[in-house]
Amino acid sequence: MSSFEETGPRIPVVEPTRVDKVHPRAKWGKSIRVILTVVVTFIMIIPVLVMIMTAFKSRADIVTPPPKVLFRPTLEGFLYLFTDRSLLSPTNLQAARANPGELDYWQQLALNVGQKINGPSDYVGRLKNSVIIAGTSTVLSVMLGLFAAYAFSRFKIAGKDDLLFFILSTRMLPGVVVTIPLFLLYKQLGWNDTHIGMIILYTVFNLSFSVWLLKGFIDEIPIEYEEAALVDGYTRLQAFFKIVLPQAVNGIAATTVFCLIFAWNEYAFALMLTSEKARTAPPSIATMLGSGGLEWSAIAAGSLGFLIPVAIVTFVLRDYLLRGVTFGAVRK
Amino acid sequence: MSASESQIRGPSTKVRQRHLSNQAITNMFIWPTLALLIAMNVFPLFYSLYLGFTNYSAIAQKAPVWVAFANFSKILNDKNLWQYFATTGRYALMSVSLQVLVGFALAMLVREKFKGGGVLTTLILIPMMISPVVVGLFWKLMYNPTFGFFNFLLGLADPSKSPDWLASRFAGHPVPGLALLAVVIVDVWMWAPFVMLLVLSGLKAIPDYLYEAAAVDRASSWFQFWRITLPQVAPLLLIAILFRTIEAFKSFDLVMGMTGGGPGVQTELISVDLYRIAFLGQFRTGYGSALAYIILIIIIAISNLYIKYLNQSKGEG
Repeated sequence: MSSFEETGPRIPVVEPTRVDKVHPRAKWGKSIRVILTVVVTFIMIIPVLVMIMTAFKSRADIVTPPPKVLFRPTLEGFLYLFTDRSLLSPTNLQAARANPGELDYWQQLALNVGQKINGPSDYVGRLKNSVIIAGTSTVLSVMLGLFAAYAFSRFKIAGKDDLLFFILSTRMLPGVVVTIPLFLLYKQLGWNDTHIGMIILYTVFNLSFSVWLLKGFIDEIPIEYEEAALVDGYTRLQAFFKIVLPQAVNGIAATTVFCLIFAWNEYAFALMLTSEKARTAPPSIATMLGSGGLEWSAIAAGSLGFLIPVAIVTFVLRDYLLRGVTFGAVRK
Repeated sequence: MSASESQIRGPSTKVRQRHLSNQAITNMFIWPTLALLIAMNVFPLFYSLYLGFTNYSAIAQKAPVWVAFANFSKILNDKNLWQYFATTGRYALMSVSLQVLVGFALAMLVREKFKGGGVLTTLILIPMMISPVVVGLFWKLMYNPTFGFFNFLLGLADPSKSPDWLASRFAGHPVPGLALLAVVIVDVWMWAPFVMLLVLSGLKAIPDYLYEAAAVDRASSWFQFWRITLPQVAPLLLIAILFRTIEAFKSFDLVMGMTGGGPGVQTELISVDLYRIAFLGQFRTGYGSALAYIILIIIIAISNLYIKYLNQSKGEG
């Protein structure tokens, strides 16, 4: 051992190891890596920064070349997003401007662009629908996926590969075509434009992904842990809940985030199977665009508001996402 | 564990009543999932297979009429459709391979812990959290040749001397393929973080002793990458590729938001065309269902190849 310490590895250790001697090159390597990461991250989020800027730009600032980095921020985009407005006729506009009366901030803002607020837009309710539908379906698909993934990972199941392939294949049919039969089925059940219908649809929509991803994570947990627990007198179910679940927490967190993102952002099904009561936000943002001129600031404001909840969940779960599975002494 | 065995052991006398056989647990665990998938996927699957053999139209007030293989033979002889398939294949190949390269590189970058690394990783993940249809629409603004940020940041501020990405023109001259490339760039921007995340969880699972052993053996970092890192990450990487390829073949929201298939048919992916056939104009539901089946068969064939490879690499590891 002492002879090894004297010489050390001749080639500098650049990969993470527990060998004590680290060559200076590895240290410089680390600072370069950090700087590079910061630069790359910045490049990756430039479009997001542009989105944030656009959300606070006025209509004129958005379409004036060259694109502006510095501008006077305004909340016009949020006004367009959250309120239902009508255009004032020139005479009414003059009258309103001459006699402003008691106007709150938003009414004043609307008046500045020649409009009058009629009430809140549908967007608020649709955001609420998104929370209910995406949240419930995510929990359901991760739970069901976890059970199925465990069974597929640990037990002998007749035709296992075929079943797994069947589960995966449910994700392959283009959604556009599944929608037609589903629409007819839902009509029979009275599920069109209901929360329950959308929750079940999104749960199924995510299940194949959740089973496959979780199976990958559970496969990595050494079977020896459970075997030891079984020998100690645990039942299978106890071993599952007390040994496997805590080990799979990273996988569960990662799967949750993915399922949530898919369900939260889904567009095609929501567009075709909902209209009023259960319509979610994405088709609502998209229809905002459909009406003649593109209201870029409203799109940006809507996307931003819609992005924040998912970003928060990801941020909260990031440790679980990133910690990775750590292995003890036992490994396959 | 048999009953007599568990009677010997202390804690299980209480537990024995709740003790379920592995078979019972298996059924309990997989049937809810299978039942849901059968109800919500197999039924629609058969129904649309039936529709594929009819001339049904969702807006016509007529019952479907059986036309046997007419839809399928029409599709197989349609040169335009094969062109769209080729476009979709090019799109899938370009965007998935770039996603894997970029995603892998990102994962290697943020792999080691450093201060603020977690925050940076979360920031990198933001693109894939945005709704694809919104991303498509928003990048239309980014790519705008006069007031978009994309050319501006590339230093191509003069619209007359710079590419108009979504129109497939460079300085006024048509450059076929530019629009498809633009869509690929956005797809890579959006989904490389997904590959990164999966690769990262694979990377973190590699036990340190493998690298220690390699260091003791004085293996170069190049050698370590090819012989330790890559093989250990391969299973998760292949899952990432599998999911991204399937999604690329179904890609719809993004292209619809950005180009709507244009200019001309340069970005007309097969699923965009499918949407046009099934939900616009005459609503040719039957014809669309037949086309969907052909797409499905192609996707299944590709996935099967992948899965074979996946199992093979697992067998080696």
